[in-house]
Amino acid sequence: MTQLSNMTVMGFRRENGRVGVRNHVLLLPVDDISNAACEAVANNVKGTMAIPHAYGRLQFGEDLDVHFRTIIGTGANPNVHSVVVIGIEPGWTKRIADGIRETGKEVAEFSIEQKGDFETIRAASWAAKDFVHKATEVQREECSINELWISTKCGESDTTTGLGSCPTVGNMYDKMLPEGITGFFGETSEITGAEHICQKRAINEEVGERWYKMWKAYQDDVIFAHQTDDLSDSQPTKGNIEGGLTTIEEKALGNLEKIGRTSQYIDILEPAEAPKSGKGLYFMDSSSAAAECVTLMAAGGAVIHTFPTGQGNVVGNPIVPVIKITANPRTVRTMGEHVDVDVSGILRREQTIDEAGDALIEMIRRTANGRNTAAEALGHREFSMTKLYRSA
Amino acid sequence: MSNPSPNEIPHLLVHEEADNVGVVVVEGLTAGTDMLCCITHDNSTFRLTAKHDVPIGHKVALKDLTSGDTATKYGEDIGKIIADIGEGEHVHTHNCKTKRW
Repeated sequence: MTQLSNMTVMGFRRENGRVGVRNHVLLLPVDDISNAACEAVANNVKGTMAIPHAYGRLQFGEDLDVHFRTIIGTGANPNVHSVVVIGIEPGWTKRIADGIRETGKEVAEFSIEQKGDFETIRAASWAAKDFVHKATEVQREECSINELWISTKCGESDTTTGLGSCPTVGNMYDKMLPEGITGFFGETSEITGAEHICQKRAINEEVGERWYKMWKAYQDDVIFAHQTDDLSDSQPTKGNIEGGLTTIEEKALGNLEKIGRTSQYIDILEPAEAPKSGKGLYFMDSSSAAAECVTLMAAGGAVIHTFPTGQGNVVGNPIVPVIKITANPRTVRTMGEHVDVDVSGILRREQTIDEAGDALIEMIRRTANGRNTAAEALGHREFSMTKLYRSA
Repeated sequence: MSNPSPNEIPHLLVHEEADNVGVVVVEGLTAGTDMLCCITHDNSTFRLTAKHDVPIGHKVALKDLTSGDTATKYGEDIGKIIADIGEGEHVHTHNCKTKRW
């Protein structure tokens, strides 16, 4: 294949230097009760997208921090051209708008109290229309493929993900991380059974110890504090079990194949936190539920997501193209409309992991250039906020 | 051990030499099938007779296993065997369980 260091994509260079692969104009609600106004504006102005969600009222502490990071990070993502923020009151609305403005992109903010939905929708529609005119005149430009931030998380895993689709992502990371991409992996609960291996994949002992403390805290504070059984109906999921996975240990070992043979993570991120230690691979403390995890990684700044699946998870994301990879020939046969990269040849020993990794890199290049993924074509825009505990 | 013939695709894949379970990678595998098995780590092959109908993605014991044994896959511990399992038989939640949680 073409030397990676010479490979370019046609992307969108943003004000802060980051490279995006999509050019969305977003209607971003601060809170659940502003969803309706955002959806009304998106209906008025074509070429915009509202991202409704379930929370944003009476949250506090760390849970509120995750909420703000997720909304601000979504607006700040380089796949987004500009953002209209709507909230019920001006205080938190401004906090989110200002957070997104730090990237240098255009943000307009509106709050509903003392105006009502009609007046808010009218004013926000004018701003959204202005942003659409501007966004549609922006041209793609040549960028190095290595400027992309690429995340991974697998879903509806089975034994074929550990044999084929996860090692395919791992091979991609082993090739692209040394060239300078930034990568994300996570799924804290789903490392259980492979934590001894994951800890050793840290760049140094200090990072490995911090990783282990984070993983252990989740076990103690969440799983052992709340479990009512051995989690055998949740982790592995019913779908995992149908696909042949028997235990969390087996699932975790397959999951960890996504970071390849040589890749090492350089730091650990809070949910939705943006990398701050330079180029390289990051572990994000995150749920193993697909939509929650992809939402957090997109908020952290990933512009393309690679998603290995076995039994056929159909998840997408509003702003980040989600590339589906499967090695399961039954899933290719029964759910082909969801599959972007078919690596079932690995199971037949017709395709090597190295060849599959190259095929994924080629699909990343095409996706960055504008090819819609299966999830985009099928309208999968799952946006799920991570909630740490009950609101006040 | 030999390399698989180019015309025959494997029925069962095994990650590592040390593993005592393998994964069925074809649909509709029936009891009595003389399976071509491939260890992905070094591409070596062996044959094993399936004792059950086993769905694609599900595991088969590579040797007789006894309750209390450890199931090994990826060369790692993936759980405990909780019922005796004969070579070539189906291994899943009815006879293998997590050691965690």
